[in-house]
Amino acid sequence: MDTLLRRQSTEQGAQGSTPRPPRMGRWAVARRQIKNGWQLYLMLALPVIYILVFQYWPMWGVQIAFRNYNVVDGITGSPWVGFQNFERFIDSYLFWPIIRNTILLQGYELLATFPLPIILALALNYVRLRWFKRSVQMITYAPHFISTVVIVGMLFVLLDPRTGMVNNLFGIFGIEPVDFMGNPDYFRHIYVWSGAWQGLGFSAIIYLAALTSIDPALHEAAIVDGASKLKRMWHIDLPGIAPIAVILLILNIGSILSIGFEKVLLMQNSLNLQTSEVIDTYVYKVGLQSAVPQFSYAAAIGLFRSVVGLVLLVVANQLARRFAKSSLW
Amino acid sequence: MSVMAIKETRTDRIFNACNYVILGLFLIAVLYPLLYILSASFSDPQAVLSGRVWLWPVDVNLNGYRAIFEYQSIVRGFLNSLFYAGVGTLVNVTLTLLAAYPLSRRDLFGRNSFMLLFVFTMLFSGGMIPTYLVVHNLGLLNTRWALILPTAMAVWNMIITRTYYQVTIPHELLEAARIDGCDDFRFFTRIVLPLSKPIIAVNALFYAVGHWNQFFNALIYLTDESLFPLQLVLREILVQNSIDPAQLTDAAELLRRQEIRELLKYALIVVASVPPLLAYPFVQKHFVKGVMIGSLKG
Repeated sequence: MDTLLRRQSTEQGAQGSTPRPPRMGRWAVARRQIKNGWQLYLMLALPVIYILVFQYWPMWGVQIAFRNYNVVDGITGSPWVGFQNFERFIDSYLFWPIIRNTILLQGYELLATFPLPIILALALNYVRLRWFKRSVQMITYAPHFISTVVIVGMLFVLLDPRTGMVNNLFGIFGIEPVDFMGNPDYFRHIYVWSGAWQGLGFSAIIYLAALTSIDPALHEAAIVDGASKLKRMWHIDLPGIAPIAVILLILNIGSILSIGFEKVLLMQNSLNLQTSEVIDTYVYKVGLQSAVPQFSYAAAIGLFRSVVGLVLLVVANQLARRFAKSSLW
Repeated sequence: MSVMAIKETRTDRIFNACNYVILGLFLIAVLYPLLYILSASFSDPQAVLSGRVWLWPVDVNLNGYRAIFEYQSIVRGFLNSLFYAGVGTLVNVTLTLLAAYPLSRRDLFGRNSFMLLFVFTMLFSGGMIPTYLVVHNLGLLNTRWALILPTAMAVWNMIITRTYYQVTIPHELLEAARIDGCDDFRFFTRIVLPLSKPIIAVNALFYAVGHWNQFFNALIYLTDESLFPLQLVLREILVQNSIDPAQLTDAAELLRRQEIRELLKYALIVVASVPPLLAYPFVQKHFVKGVMIGSLKG
């Protein structure tokens, strides 16, 4: 304990009165730190074991993508097949439709849901009535806490061709009832806009936080110069939240192949499969749902997705660093 | 703001009006579907199906809710979900705190290596199938542990908690405690934990809502219906539209069942969403703070 204190005081350049060895080597310091901090390592043990077992063991197991996995031989015993599983996926007639569906769905979602929380946060920022601001925030956060299953259940109930509210409304105007959930043309719109509805308020929190950190002096100076609220919003608030917006955009691009999979799976049915089959739902079907699970093939598709996602994240990050001067790392 | 003295110009008044209109539209768009479902769940099924319910309940009754309590797998799923959310959250919060505190200490040798070990899992993961094989190999399939252990800690929450410790627990506090002969365990239990209440609340909310709403792990790891969480039961009823009439013990005639069927869905949506929505106002204050601490580190 006291050795540590002493080490810190030498670091700060203060001369202790006790005679000390001239300099401790790096490893000597390390040994002392480890010895003094053994309780910290003990605390870390459980989380580290968790992360090794449930995160790194699967990473090691992902080698089955390059093998022909069978249960008897296990992960290490099954024969190597190289890139055969990947080639099979890329050559399959489903490859392009699935890639297209995945990119279109997530790209559409990104475009549609990215600006809305920013608009909400900017608008809320100019509200003087506290109770109004509070209630808008409370109510728009709420859907975030509703589960995906319930959201999709709500879609089925409200969009039901015979009994749903939307078709009842159509009935009043004499429009023929529409089977929304069974039509591949509507799948993307329903998916994206219900997601926007659910995530709007929650995503705005982060922008509201960024807005409160903008120096009020900027606003005061602009007011003295006669800037209108719209001008202040455009020239002060927007640049103020731009760095955070860029970072969120990078994260979204990195996850363009992976997000929202549970919801797609729930909304999927045999009628809308043509637009709703994405990489992850396909992995699930090939690997776990089918009567003859093809673990290796499914793992290869999953790995393909992870690697492409990682590459996209790195590229987006580089672009952001170059052009927007803000980045994740 | 301190600039109230300056009179608002005409353009600013127009701006304000537009602002309130935009917010009002957002508000209605979010609120209306929720209100509609709430009203429908209390209405007469005939009125809902024929489109007579628009905003307020018509012919108020509680039949939908009564049907829920008669439907055995819903009640069982509800209890299972309470178990998963309770035990799961306890495990989550414990592991998160145990990882976050040591990693917040500047004098921990190898801190950056440990952080790398954790953070890398946010960028890359083995994927669905290898994870499934691990759970399979550990013999966790079809046990309650399958829903608790594979998601025992979220790295993102751990980082938020670590940042919280770095910001709120000054190093001087540790030094002072050490001079009094306090070791790391004691410091953690006697000083760090009592100072962690807000961050524990945030973590507990995140994790509990996550457990309550989670369905995919249950879908792939569980086949035994007695272990199913509520979300899986909901999926059967709401999404796959399969309602087992035998489960509704007291329902009288088939016709009535047909109507109850639809009403049951509305009531079920309400019942399933209530626990997370109830939890959230209690921790809202901490919660927004927690999200902000997270954003601090970006």
